[in-house]
Amino acid sequence: MSGIITATVVVAAVGVFIGIFLGIAAIKFRVEVDPKEEAVLGLLPGNNCGGCGFAGCSGLAAAIAKGEAAVNACPVGGDSVGQKIAEVMGVEATETEKQVAFVKCQGDCDKAKVDYDYTGIEDCGMLSFVPNGGPKKCNYGCLGFGNCVKSCPFNAIHIVNGVAVVDKEACKACGKCVEACPKNLIELVPYKSTSFVACSSKDKGPVVMKACEVGCIGCSLCKKNCPEDAIVIEDFLAKIDYKKCTGCGICKEKCPKKAIL
Amino acid sequence: MMDAKELVLLVISSALVSNVVLSQFLGLCPFLGVSKKVETAAGMGGAVIFVITLASAVTGVIYKFVLEKFNITYLQTIVFILVIAALVQFVEMFLKKFMVGLYDALGVYLPLITTNCAVLGVALNNVKYDYDILTGVINGFATALGFAIAIVILAGIREKIEDNDIPEVFKGMPIVLVTAGLMAIAFCGFSGLL
Repeated sequence: MSGIITATVVVAAVGVFIGIFLGIAAIKFRVEVDPKEEAVLGLLPGNNCGGCGFAGCSGLAAAIAKGEAAVNACPVGGDSVGQKIAEVMGVEATETEKQVAFVKCQGDCDKAKVDYDYTGIEDCGMLSFVPNGGPKKCNYGCLGFGNCVKSCPFNAIHIVNGVAVVDKEACKACGKCVEACPKNLIELVPYKSTSFVACSSKDKGPVVMKACEVGCIGCSLCKKNCPEDAIVIEDFLAKIDYKKCTGCGICKEKCPKKAIL
Repeated sequence: MMDAKELVLLVISSALVSNVVLSQFLGLCPFLGVSKKVETAAGMGGAVIFVITLASAVTGVIYKFVLEKFNITYLQTIVFILVIAALVQFVEMFLKKFMVGLYDALGVYLPLITTNCAVLGVALNNVKYDYDILTGVINGFATALGFAIAIVILAGIREKIEDNDIPEVFKGMPIVLVTAGLMAIAFCGFSGLL
């Protein structure tokens, strides 16, 4: 009987001692955290995607609380989160334009021609080691092994018939896929824009013609017909200035290769 | 206290021959969970070394001066769990205040270790083999070193197999478990060392 009592008392004593010790330690070693920082952290999405350039949401929260980062620096939360954080911080949020990722290639398995079959490691990065930078005739096109898919924290980009396609609604413009693509095919574009050049080939027209049904051949028909002068041709590739573009859609009609989406 | 030769043998045996993960099957949870990247695996390994070494010392003291004194050594498991959980909490607070760099480096891994059975396993083994406190600490350090070695190797292999064309049914955890099993077989080779 006394054994049970000793055991109970000793274990209880150890427990109480530890409790008191930890309690004191918690007060002694308290690290002052800015209450604003905690409030901001609560409002951030919490994906820790790193799209803001800080080490996760807590890093951004600390920076916002100190005033080192803008209240709407979170690309994922966008304006709605920016507004709430602005309330916490007591400042006005400046409007930012919502962006989405866009893949500048639509050369899928049917439209782009291939030189050979590739059956090696399924990783876009590996393809810089194989002849012609991949099996496709076009050296600039999407490789379709989905490094961007793996990098996306929001499941917003998918390989559809051998080419990456962004789900505009799910995309939070964190920029992970932009970095992941070894061919630099992905670009952040304004959400509201409606006209995009879906090709990245810098090859001359005849070469593109042979390689892909939907490649930009640099014919400059779009440039000539654009009423806003929003299109330039660089390296045999059309580029749209999204600030000037009004989304009239004339370029889409005029493009002989249907390379403008 | 053992002499130097015996201590060296103890370190080799704890770290390699009877590796905590690969031959005692302790601490499998972080071994499989945090071994996706070499970087994080090394962080986890470092945190485990840190905590187990400390925990061996503290549990050693508790065992000798509390449990043995009151003749209640049969309560070792329950008391050790209590002490280890509290210790990890305390270490976390202490690091956050005084060594922010180390705290940031260990980060999320510290609280994870609270429930790591390898820590408890070392404390109980120290008692089982009748080690004195200093020997216990060295055994703890060596065991944790074995854990760190195993998890870093597994993470290295996992980074490599990630890009491979793995059959659908083996994708994910199955291939990792197969890898861990092969590693365990390889580590059996160390048994001829002693």
